[in-house]
Amino acid sequence: MNNLKHPIVALSGNPNTGKSTVFNALTGLNQHTGNWPGKTVTLAAGTFAWQNTTFTVVDLPGTYSLFANSPDEEVARDFILFELPDVTVVVVDATCLERNLNLVLQVLEITPKTVVCVNLMDEAQRQGLVVDTDKLATELGVPAIPCVARSGKGLAALKKAIFNVATGRIATSPRPIRYDPNIEIALAVLTKELSPLAPLLSPRWLALRLLEQDESILQHFLPEDKTSTSSLVMQHPSTTKKVAPWFS
Amino acid sequence: MAAANQDTIIPLSLLPNDSWGEIVAVEIMGPVKRRLLDLGLVPGTKIQFAFSSPLGDPRAYRVRGTLLALRANEAQSIMVRRSEQ
Repeated sequence: MNNLKHPIVALSGNPNTGKSTVFNALTGLNQHTGNWPGKTVTLAAGTFAWQNTTFTVVDLPGTYSLFANSPDEEVARDFILFELPDVTVVVVDATCLERNLNLVLQVLEITPKTVVCVNLMDEAQRQGLVVDTDKLATELGVPAIPCVARSGKGLAALKKAIFNVATGRIATSPRPIRYDPNIEIALAVLTKELSPLAPLLSPRWLALRLLEQDESILQHFLPEDKTSTSSLVMQHPSTTKKVAPWFS
Repeated sequence: MAAANQDTIIPLSLLPNDSWGEIVAVEIMGPVKRRLLDLGLVPGTKIQFAFSSPLGDPRAYRVRGTLLALRANEAQSIMVRRSEQ
């Protein structure tokens, strides 16, 4: 957890959800841009103040997913994973919520300290859609704030929710995502082993990536080692018997 | 003809213009499959052939309130059942 005197807020979301409009509305003119080391992906950062606390907001690349299919997705994922933002805001498009919730679930698997910003509420209303953000918040287990970033509507509530989640005044509790029984058995085995290895990360999330044989995440933990994900898991003494059958 | 075809599973690429299908399977492996799933193309999802580019590839499909373009070889690997709406 970062020092709460300078809390960090990661701003994520699908492309075309008005994420950058939210960013500009939150930070005003207090922003600058910079490169993420090693990647030609530009990140913009800005600040806003709420209750005498100055928050640094980082505008992550717009992505549909955090599975590192592209440099953008990898940067967004790595920021949320390794920079340990105090709060991650996921901006979603109220007019196609269903499609946007994929990313929300992926973020919630990484960090419970999440606020969902349901943007483009005016557009949804024009299309005759009614979005029940209270129900959405209950279902997700994190705050869901209706916004019209273009006109600044809902931004005060968003800042307040960010403040409350960062300071722990709101305790978030995302509904855990359950997988097939076979996967859950494998996860239980791996999670136990992984817990002491990466104390700052969700062991369940890490176990899921191992089961997917996600090489990009392993590189962060084995910089010197050429071992591929599959052989690492296969050779792991406690997992060989129970987990191996589901890989083939 | 429509009634007889209702339960037939066809590749998305053979879905007639304007008609809807329900995704039954995405028969691709690797990152492309992951990508299609991320874009919401999971089994059970309704998808409509919206319009075609001049040469027929790629084509635009309507899914979950958005339009997305798919190449013919991707559409061939997505199996759908003809459906209403």
